[in-house]
Amino acid sequence: MKVRVQNHWPPGHIRTPAYLRGKTGEIEREIGLFNNPEQNAYRLPPQQRRLVRVRFTMAEIWGDAAETPDDVIEAEIYAHWLEPA
Amino acid sequence: MGGDPAGNINHDQHDFALWEKRVDALMVLASSAGLMNTDSLRRVLEDMGEEAYETMSYYERWIASVSQNMVEAGAFSTAELADKMAQVKARGTTYGDAT
Amino acid sequence: MPHDHHDHDHGALSPSGHPYRKDDDIVLSYWQMMEISVRELLIEKGHITAAQVHNQINTMDARSPANGAKVVARAWSDPEFKSALLTDAGQASRDMGFDIGPMHLIAVENTILVHNVVVCTLCSCYPRNLLGLPPDWYKSRAYRSRTVIEPRKVLSEFGVEIAQDVQVRVHDSTADMRYIVLPAQPKETMGLSADELAYWVTRDSMIGVGLPQAPK
Repeated sequence: MKVRVQNHWPPGHIRTPAYLRGKTGEIEREIGLFNNPEQNAYRLPPQQRRLVRVRFTMAEIWGDAAETPDDVIEAEIYAHWLEPA
Repeated sequence: MGGDPAGNINHDQHDFALWEKRVDALMVLASSAGLMNTDSLRRVLEDMGEEAYETMSYYERWIASVSQNMVEAGAFSTAELADKMAQVKARGTTYGDAT
Repeated sequence: MPHDHHDHDHGALSPSGHPYRKDDDIVLSYWQMMEISVRELLIEKGHITAAQVHNQINTMDARSPANGAKVVARAWSDPEFKSALLTDAGQASRDMGFDIGPMHLIAVENTILVHNVVVCTLCSCYPRNLLGLPPDWYKSRAYRSRTVIEPRKVLSEFGVEIAQDVQVRVHDSTADMRYIVLPAQPKETMGLSADELAYWVTRDSMIGVGLPQAPK
């Protein structure tokens, strides 16, 4: 399934790397439910969030600057940061 | 960080000093005690900003974050920490003397 | 009293061949004072005990790449275990008797088509509960920044050249999972026992910046 990482830039602690925001990838696998780091970081009672591994091509992330366009990066992204693409 | 310009990777390696291992242990134990968690550790590290990354070592940044987390969690107050640090300083001039 | 001669004095190397960090015999730093103070306050207030600090240091000291090497060697010599490792590396490691705490571990397999490498761009996440504390370079800004944009160049600097028909797969440990690379088994090791195989598995090969090597 294709997903896009939301292009949001909130202040404070998040676990979505800047270089992946706004980028589109494929869900590689579902990992399960984990504490939302955006609450956990402030010691607030955390809600459980779906965590998924998303696979991005270097071409998608870096465009023409990609070292090898077909190489890939896989990262864990919380589902509330993802939208259908 | 990811993708930002950066120089050569330094492959030098050091063995951890006792005080560094203790900082690591304090993070693990304070987390087990419910006083902090990995995300709260990271949040304070991030809030310390770029300058701290350039001027402080890895475990120096960690003890600053653990300490801040303990104050936030109510484990001790900043006044208690200041008193204790003054006592520690008065014990001697080396880590071995003061610990 | 004159300055004692310590056997780990300036420039000396530890048994593992690394320089010692500034230690007990140098001037007490502000951050060392803070470590002592935080530790003593937490003990005095009953949140932790001195014995727990001591035991936790011993537990971390006992974790080393040798643990991961045993896991990899078993996967090379036992197809059923390899399958279990690729399904749930945390559980497979626990089943081998390793105390990895609550760590969630994923094993990623190198093949003739894929080379895996692990990084944490946001901080320094590492499978520390199996392999011990990460090497200094793993925590460096240079490794964390560059591995996601020029992994082949980074690997080349570590002495690993990846053919163009092999896909490089970079794993950014952004959240709750930790990663171990299952390197491809060298051809010349076929038929060795798991005990013998473990000597071929290096720390760097489990991060993905190295390959298995013949024991020295």
